[in-house]
Amino acid sequence: MGFDYFFKLFIGGLTKGSIYALIAIGYTMVYGIIGLINFAHGEVYMIGAFTALIVAGILSVLNLPMFAVLMIAVVIAMIFSAGYGFTLEKIAYKPLRNAPRLSALISAIGMSIFLQNYVLLAQTSNFLPYPDMIPDFAFLEPIKQTLRTTQLIILVVTAIVMILLTLLIKFTKIGKAMRATSQDRVMAMLTGVNVNRVISVTFVIGSSIAALGGVLICSHTGRTHFYIGFLVGIKAFVAAVLGGIGSIPGAVLGSFVLGFTESFGAGYISSDYEDVFAFVILILILTFRPDGILGKSTKQKA
Amino acid sequence: MKKTVLIMLVLLIGITLVFTSCGKKEADVAEEAKVVEEAKVVEEAKVVETIKIGVAGAHTGDLASYGLPSVNAVELVVANVNAAGGIDGKMIKLVIEDDQCKPEIATNTAAKLVGEDVVAVIGHICSGATKAALDIYNESKIVVISPSATSPPLTKSGDYPNFLRTIASDDAQAVLQVDFALNVLESKKIAVLHDKGDYGKGLAEFAKAGIEESSAEVVLFEGVTPGAVDYSAVINKIAQVGADAVIYGGYHPEAAQLIGGMRAQGLDIPFIGCDGVKDATFIAVAGDDAEGVYATAPVDTTSNLIAVKAGKEHLAEYGEEYGAFFLNAYAAALAIVNAIDVANSTDYDAIMAALKSEYVETPIGNISFDERGDAIGVGFAVYQVKNGKFSQLD
Amino acid sequence: MIKDRLLKSLYVSLWLTVLTFPVMVIRVNTIEDTVTWRWGNLLLILIGSYVFSLIWNYALERQERGKKVKTNKLSIKIKEIKATVSQSRPMKISGLAAVLAAVFLFPFLTSFYQMSIMNTALMYVMLGLGLNITIGLGGILNLGYIAFFMVGSYSYALLNQAIGLNFWIALPIGGLVALIFGIIVAVPVLRLRGDYLAIVTLAFGEIMRIVVENWSSLTGGPSGIRSIPRPAIPGVDLNLIDTAKLVYFIMIVLAAFTILITLRLKDSRIGRALIAMREDEIACQSMGINITKVKVIAFALGAVFAGVAGVVFAANTTFINPASFTLWESVLVLCIVVLGGMGSIPGVIFAALVLKLMPEYLRAFSEYRMLVFGAVLVIMMVFKPGGLIPEKRKHYNFTNKDAADFEEEDV
Repeated sequence: MGFDYFFKLFIGGLTKGSIYALIAIGYTMVYGIIGLINFAHGEVYMIGAFTALIVAGILSVLNLPMFAVLMIAVVIAMIFSAGYGFTLEKIAYKPLRNAPRLSALISAIGMSIFLQNYVLLAQTSNFLPYPDMIPDFAFLEPIKQTLRTTQLIILVVTAIVMILLTLLIKFTKIGKAMRATSQDRVMAMLTGVNVNRVISVTFVIGSSIAALGGVLICSHTGRTHFYIGFLVGIKAFVAAVLGGIGSIPGAVLGSFVLGFTESFGAGYISSDYEDVFAFVILILILTFRPDGILGKSTKQKA
Repeated sequence: MKKTVLIMLVLLIGITLVFTSCGKKEADVAEEAKVVEEAKVVEEAKVVETIKIGVAGAHTGDLASYGLPSVNAVELVVANVNAAGGIDGKMIKLVIEDDQCKPEIATNTAAKLVGEDVVAVIGHICSGATKAALDIYNESKIVVISPSATSPPLTKSGDYPNFLRTIASDDAQAVLQVDFALNVLESKKIAVLHDKGDYGKGLAEFAKAGIEESSAEVVLFEGVTPGAVDYSAVINKIAQVGADAVIYGGYHPEAAQLIGGMRAQGLDIPFIGCDGVKDATFIAVAGDDAEGVYATAPVDTTSNLIAVKAGKEHLAEYGEEYGAFFLNAYAAALAIVNAIDVANSTDYDAIMAALKSEYVETPIGNISFDERGDAIGVGFAVYQVKNGKFSQLD
Repeated sequence: MIKDRLLKSLYVSLWLTVLTFPVMVIRVNTIEDTVTWRWGNLLLILIGSYVFSLIWNYALERQERGKKVKTNKLSIKIKEIKATVSQSRPMKISGLAAVLAAVFLFPFLTSFYQMSIMNTALMYVMLGLGLNITIGLGGILNLGYIAFFMVGSYSYALLNQAIGLNFWIALPIGGLVALIFGIIVAVPVLRLRGDYLAIVTLAFGEIMRIVVENWSSLTGGPSGIRSIPRPAIPGVDLNLIDTAKLVYFIMIVLAAFTILITLRLKDSRIGRALIAMREDEIACQSMGINITKVKVIAFALGAVFAGVAGVVFAANTTFINPASFTLWESVLVLCIVVLGGMGSIPGVIFAALVLKLMPEYLRAFSEYRMLVFGAVLVIMMVFKPGGLIPEKRKHYNFTNKDAADFEEEDV
């Protein structure tokens, strides 16, 4: 098993990592702001994918170039997912802001189940083929078998998103407000930050990224299903925790660690225990760094 | 402490009373005592105006797409029978219950169906759920015909005398897959994959055993995780070990992903799936990559007149093409209706005898059942995707 | 005011209609390349969400108001009635007797199906009570709890297969094996806090399940283990229905046992240490309580009950495979504990019965069952975040008659 094999597994790991990253970012943003594991995030991702599928389906009669369809579908999917995220927060999380954390968690779980079945009933229980909306790049033809266009796009988009978000949080006013709210909500309110708006914005951003991820990932795997949110969501959440929950670079880093672990574990040892490797790495990392790789240790209040 | 205990117990009694009174509206104590009696003694022919048949399987949840087509099938058959006057003038009433393919829910489902005095059950869909429920049906002497539970011990072990199925068990399919790979494709190094599920892994293990007995080699035996976003690691492995064919046990979603990944990475070796793969959705999802893929499945029935008719009925009634195991369930329903008719009674032994001696024309062929409950006349064939459709190879 | 409310709900309903437009109205089938439009759904959402929004906002407002209005005539009267009832001995005894009679007579008055589902529900009652110790008392979020249930089930199934182990002996052994696993899991988990702890427990739960799933030679893999013997009384030949009755009584006894242990635990030193740890770890440590020991106990105790329940589960279902012990089941038990009210025994029992029996009784609406379940969870948590029957904490009232006098009151 030479370098070639290693390299292929590496690319596979990159792909997986970037897929998890797009979703993990949303988890970590919400957790950073309100300390809640947004179980329904996976469903927002799934709804984004479905919305894009529906839009593409309608547009197919117009015979537009693939690229245009992709752009329109992605934008509309992002808008709708943002709407779902916003509404989700208002219904299921806002009333529970001062309630015990576990209650909010259960509410999130309930919302997740509700959305899954909502799509199941409104659409179908079948796996639906997903049109590959991403046009193929000509310059990738020769290495098509090692790196497909979809994989490259997902990787690039993940990088761009991460950079943009980091810039947003560091240099813009709303970013500052987000940081303030995540540090101490009451103080933020006292200094004039509109906490409700900040939280809503967080959900909107996280959900749109999830929708974007949904379209790209489903284009890559070629199919969508009402249950995909749950399956990927757990992994993405584990990745976010691994990297240090609340930190966006942490979420991305954690996702790549997870992706590589799975890819190399499956490639060199056994695909049977793929998930076990992922979880074992998680446990190991948390044993030595209890707050995740890039996590800030949460100081206990004096 | 006492107060807590008191309140807790009060709640328990409250709930108990509420639910027992709810339940009791449907059947009174005498009826239930009768059920108890009949469970102990082989029933005399029940003089009833309706014949109840149960349909059990996964109707909700993520495996619903494997269970719902069977419901449609039985509904269509029963509608036809009732329209023609029922069996000897007695109408058939269906009792459709969901078990979500979970063994622990399946036992409750079975208890419910037993309580409803069903004469036979068509189901369950998943082998695991079936294994859990069969005991309960056996005690109450109820015939069970499954359109999809393929686990070999269900018939081979002899532990379930009341069980029949209108689908061949996994070992038969695996034999065909291996045979095809070795003798037709002349593969020497075969990668056997599965989806870590009961059906998939069972099939794969039979295939593995079959290959090991021959001159060919099993170069890889691994499971893929359903729902994972990317199978490139496994696919790389397949290429790495130099496999010249892949035998897969599992369902179409994972198969579609595998074949898509394989072709994208330039791995053009033959892919031999099973009847979980032979599904229109597989071709739809895999698209062009599905071309050339093999799959073993029950012998081609598209020219079978009954199958064609059943397909048209389904389209007319439900507005879409039928799904997994539809024809098998249709056949099971036809078989049971025929058996009750021929036996002229709803007595367990009579129906069983009729099922095992009579041949019935069904969408999957002219079938009967053998001593152990496997269907006779249900053959397997190898199919290949040609021009976007599965066609049988001869 | 009313007009404002109506208008607000109109905006909400319009918003929801637009939001759900793609998913509800348009159905794209890429297998057959069809696009169907269902305009009926549009109207449904418009009207439905309008009504729903009105009710929802009204309920929220009432909840807000309710928090402030505590002393009105009706609630005082109710308190008085409650006090008199709970103090009078004859009422207590007759109430207890009635309950015991109902519990005892239940199996003889109902059908096989009713008992079957009650047995399943009782198993979840026990699971809920077990997790209640870990979460409710100890404040440790265990997302992999069902793994202990699985361990108990498999220990019975495997030992029975290997050495023909009898069901009755398997019960404590299942608990013991689960205890060992509980301790094994607790050790790495000790240093972690809050959500990191939760994720690691999830990881352990999944690891155990996947290992069982893949280690076919030991555990039968995904095909599971079948033909597990049901509970039996040696020498007596029981048919199915009587076995169900036996299982029922076993579960009642086990549940009562669990309740007893939990109650004794609450009042014991360890119990108070658990509660202290749940409330504030640092303060707890500064009081000299060994957090490590207490955490392990919380974990292990919860595990034991799950293990024992697992043995009964295996015997009742006669067939087990890893698919019965997924993350989803852990989540379900978690919902039971939180919905019922963390730490509250009657709450957990009630929630377990409701969450397990409701889907069975609503089989007619089975298509919408999960949808309703999700909605119920959200609604319950929004309107009763403390759970259905919140835990009653010991509450000390100081009256200003005499500084030295104080009454202890269970509020």
